[in-house]
Amino acid sequence: MSAPVLSIRNLTIDYVGATSDFHAVKNVSFDIGRGEFFGLAGESGCGKSTIAFAISRLHRPPALIRSGSQILLDGRDVLTLDDAALKQLRWREVAMVFQSAMNSLNPVLSIERQFYDVLKTHTGMSRVAARARAAELLKLVDIPADRLSAYPHQLSGGMRQRVVIAICLALNPKLLIMDEPTTALDVVVQREILERIHKLRQELGFSVLFITHDLALMVQVSDRIGIMLEGELVEVNDAQAIYRTPQHDYTRKLWASIPRLTGARIAEATP
Amino acid sequence: MTDAMTEPGPILALDNVSKVFHRAGSTVHAARAVSFALHPGRTLALVGESGSGKTTAARLIMREYRPDQGRLLFRGEPIEGSAVRDMRAYRSAVQMVFQDPFSSLNPVHTIRYHLERPMRLHQPSLKGRARDAAIAEVLSRVKLDPALILPKYPHELSGGQRQRISIARALAVNPEVIIADEPTSMLDVSVRLGILNLLNDMKRELKLAVLYITHDIATARYVAEDIMVMYAGQIVEWGETESVLGNPQHPYTRLLLSAVPDPDRRFGDTRFSDELDRIDLIRRQSALEQAEVREVGPRHFIRPMPA
Ligand SMILES: Nc1ncnc2c1ncn2[C@@H]1O[C@H](COP(=O)(O)OP(=O)(O)OP(=O)(O)O)[C@@H](O)[C@H]1O
Ligand SMILES: Nc1ncnc2c1ncn2[C@@H]1O[C@H](COP(=O)(O)OP(=O)(O)OP(=O)(O)O)[C@@H](O)[C@H]1O
Ligand SMILES: [Mg+2]
Ligand SMILES: [Mg+2]
Repeated sequence: MSAPVLSIRNLTIDYVGATSDFHAVKNVSFDIGRGEFFGLAGESGCGKSTIAFAISRLHRPPALIRSGSQILLDGRDVLTLDDAALKQLRWREVAMVFQSAMNSLNPVLSIERQFYDVLKTHTGMSRVAARARAAELLKLVDIPADRLSAYPHQLSGGMRQRVVIAICLALNPKLLIMDEPTTALDVVVQREILERIHKLRQELGFSVLFITHDLALMVQVSDRIGIMLEGELVEVNDAQAIYRTPQHDYTRKLWASIPRLTGARIAEATP
Repeated sequence: MTDAMTEPGPILALDNVSKVFHRAGSTVHAARAVSFALHPGRTLALVGESGSGKTTAARLIMREYRPDQGRLLFRGEPIEGSAVRDMRAYRSAVQMVFQDPFSSLNPVHTIRYHLERPMRLHQPSLKGRARDAAIAEVLSRVKLDPALILPKYPHELSGGQRQRISIARALAVNPEVIIADEPTSMLDVSVRLGILNLLNDMKRELKLAVLYITHDIATARYVAEDIMVMYAGQIVEWGETESVLGNPQHPYTRLLLSAVPDPDRRFGDTRFSDELDRIDLIRRQSALEQAEVREVGPRHFIRPMPA
C-alpha cells in the first residue's frame, strides 16, 4: 500500500480557558490513503470540526494543539510549517468546505469575482481565463454559467453551498475536507454532488475527509469511517463493517436513532 | 386534501398562490398556483429540491412576501384587506420555527427575555405570576427545566436546547399553526428525534396544524400525515404520506426517493434507479408549468410530467 496522504498521530487539542481547559480532541490517530474517501462521524461537539481546522492550520486561539501531536500531509508535518509554506498548503494541497460555507461567500461580490479572487491570488490567472475555469467548475456542481454574474443573496442556500464546493476544487487540491458540506441541501443535489466528488476523486486522485452526522450517507460514499465520541476516536473500520457489524455501543446507538424511509419508522434498537 | 364530512375545516389555506422573482434577465417562479390547506391536529410536510420554493411558501404564510396571484385564507376568510384586529389575531395564531437555532435567538438576551417578550406582545393581559406559570408551562412542554434554563444566554445552550427554546417561544403565544422550516437539519441525529417527537406531541395535545418543511423525507414520514413534493415552485405530487412514499407516481418524487441516503446501496459500484439516470430530463420536464391534476389513488394526486 502506498504511503497515506494524511497521517494523523496522537492529535490532542484543548480549548484553553481562564480556569480550566476543555479537551476537545484526545489522542486521535488515523490515516487517509491516496484517493481514499474517509468519513468522520459523531455527534455535535465531539471534535470533528476542530480536527478539520487543525489539518488546514486554520485553528485559532483558544484552540491549542498539544505537543506530541503530528499531522503529516505527504509526510510533511503541517504543524511545523511557516507562513509562506502555509500559503502553499491551503487551497493547493488542502481545500476545505466549511460547515456554514453557504454563508461564507462575500455578499457584496459577484460569484465570478469570488472565483477570480482565488484563481488570481494562487495562479495569477487572467480574468478571461478565470471566467472560463469558473464556468467549468460551476458545471461540476450543476449550476449554469449564467449565474456567474449573480450575487450570493440571489441564490438559494443550496446553490450557495455548491458554489463554495466549486471554488474549493479550483486548484486541484490533494485533500478535500468537507465539513457537513451538504447539510443544507436536498437529497438529489446532495446525491449528485457527492456522486460527482466520488467520481472526480477517482479521476483526479484527490483524497476526501468527509464530516457529517448522516451515517447512512456516510456509509454509501466512504471507503472507511471513523466514529468519534467526546473527543475520542472510538471506532475506525471499513464503511460496510461500521454499518453491518458495528463494534462500539455508541455506533449502534447512532444507528438506532435514524428515521427510516421504509419499514418501521425507526430502526429497532439493537439489543 | 380533506374529507369535509369527517374532518374539521382547514385553519389556513393557500389558494392558487403564485410568486415570481425577477432577476437580471431571468424570472424565477418560486410559487406557481400553489394550493394547500393546514388542518388542526395534522402535519403537512413540504419536501423538494433546494430552491424549489419551500421557504418562499413559508414566507408567504408569514406575510413577509405578498402573493402576486392567489389568496391566503385564514379560517376560510381571505387575509388580504382584513381588519387590523384580524391581522393581529393571524400573527399570533401563526408562528414560525426556523432552521438555524443559532441565529434565531438574540445573543444579548436571556432565555427568560425570549419567552416573556412574545407573551407581553400577544397576551398583554398575562402578568406577574400568571405569566411565570405560563412560561414554566411551555418550557415543560419542550422538556426543559425553567429554573435552570431561564437565566441562561443562548450561547450557553446546546443546539438541541436552543431549538427547543425556539419551539417554546412559538408556543408561548398559544398558536394554532406552526410553520417549521427545516427545524432539525442543523441538529444531531439523536437530538433530532427528540425535536420530532416534540412536534408530534404538540400536534396531538394542542391540536396544532403544522407545516413541516424539510429535505429529509424519512423525517417527514416520521411526523407528517400528508406530504407534498415541490419542484420549481409547483407542487407536483401530494397526498397521504404513506401513499405518496409507498407508491410515488411523479418522476420527480421517484427521483427524490431514489436519492435518499441508503446504507445498503453504495455509490459507484451499483447503478441506481432509472430516475437517477434521467435527472436532467426529469428536471427539465418537471419545471414546465402543468395545469392538469390527475388523481392517482385515494386522496393522492400528481401534476403529470409533460412528455
Ligand atoms: N472557541 C472555543 N472555545 C471553547 N470551546 C470550544 C470552542 N470551539 C469549540 N469548542 C468546543 O470544542 C468541542 C468540539 O467542537 P467542534 O466544533 O470540533 O465539534 P463538532 O464535532 O464539529 O460538532 P458539530 O457537529 O456541532 O459541528 C465542543 O464541545 C465545543 O463546545
Ligand atoms: N428575495 C428574493 N429575490 C430573488 N429571488 C429569490 C428571493 N427569495 C427566493 N428567491 C429565489 O426563489 C427560488 C426559491 O427559493 P426558496 O428559498 O423558497 O427555496 P427553498 O426551496 O427554500 O430552497 P432551500 O432548500 O435551498 O432552502 C430560488 O430560486 C431563489 O433563488
Ligand atoms: Mg463541526
Ligand atoms: Mg429554504
